[in-house]
Amino acid sequence: MKLQQRKSSFVISFFILLLFWVVFSGRFDLFHLSLGMISCAIVAWFVSDLSIPNPRPMGILRLWFNFFLYFPWLIWQILLANFHVMALVLSPNMMERIDPHILRFRSRIRDELGLVTFANSITLTPGTITVHISAYGDLSVHAIDKDSAAALPGEMEARVARIFGE
Amino acid sequence: MNLISALLIAIGLFFFLGGSIGIIRLPDFYSRLHAAGMLDTMGLFLSMAGLALYVLTDFSFANVLVAIKIMLIVVFVFITSPTATHAIVDAGVRAVREPWTKDKKGGNPI
Amino acid sequence: MDTYILYSAMVLSVFMAIPLYRSVVGPTVKDRIMGVNAIGSKTTVLLIMIGFIFGRVDMFIDIALAYALLNFIAVLAASRYFHKRKGLYQEMNR
Repeated sequence: MKLQQRKSSFVISFFILLLFWVVFSGRFDLFHLSLGMISCAIVAWFVSDLSIPNPRPMGILRLWFNFFLYFPWLIWQILLANFHVMALVLSPNMMERIDPHILRFRSRIRDELGLVTFANSITLTPGTITVHISAYGDLSVHAIDKDSAAALPGEMEARVARIFGE
Repeated sequence: MNLISALLIAIGLFFFLGGSIGIIRLPDFYSRLHAAGMLDTMGLFLSMAGLALYVLTDFSFANVLVAIKIMLIVVFVFITSPTATHAIVDAGVRAVREPWTKDKKGGNPI
Repeated sequence: MDTYILYSAMVLSVFMAIPLYRSVVGPTVKDRIMGVNAIGSKTTVLLIMIGFIFGRVDMFIDIALAYALLNFIAVLAASRYFHKRKGLYQEMNR
């Protein structure tokens, strides 16, 4: 990895770690802050060639902004699916209503981080669990009934693709 | 304010109950994971939101810090819960465990 | 409100007995790991509620964070450990 990339990755991860240090310690005197700066610098230098593989400061900011736009929609979708699974679990004739099966499809997302976000979103939505994902975007999803499986890939894939600009 | 947080905690406990019952009732461990991982995550999110709102009722700097820490736990669980679920599913797939389906009564029905 | 939190903590610890059944009886190793995971995510909430009851939330929040971390690492390590082997007894036809 080039030294320039490593430096910008170091700066970004240093400030993220320092933010977490300040929040978790909750003390603002000189001793604790300098201790935090030293340890954050050491850790950030150690992980700087792994933590952020392709550092572009503006790209990362835009990515996070898009992700925060995506997050409330995801929470709402999770809540809806939660009530569905809840009704399924608590219903007396559960064994007739569930229909576990594995469905396979190919996603059109090519970015690695996008694929991971998509798979995590599928797993976070109740009723569907990502069993396997390949580097080319082939997903195997275990769904608990037909209604949960019907929503895939659908709108979630379109929104995740929009985050990563495809 | 107190009423909202009490309501959120009650809904969170209801989700926890649903997750626990799902662990008992569903037929095999692939389908049990739907209840175990996800309903528990949602229950944790709602209960933590209620507790954070209750912390913020007497407003001071230390309490704001505590509320931020509570929401950081929620963010952490939201990132790690799919990873843990996928680890268990992957262990099941590699042990060649067939999932339970309706027509073919595979799996381990207990 | 503190009494309400005390009672919800008691209800939560009653709910923790249900996944305990699955992790004791559960037919396969993965069922047990899953039950332990469910108990751990309930314990994270329970620790913060205990913090409210004792009036020391700022201390118990760190314990809860460390417990959530430990729960995740434990589940990950256990499920990696049982990757290939099928448990102490061969559970081929169960």
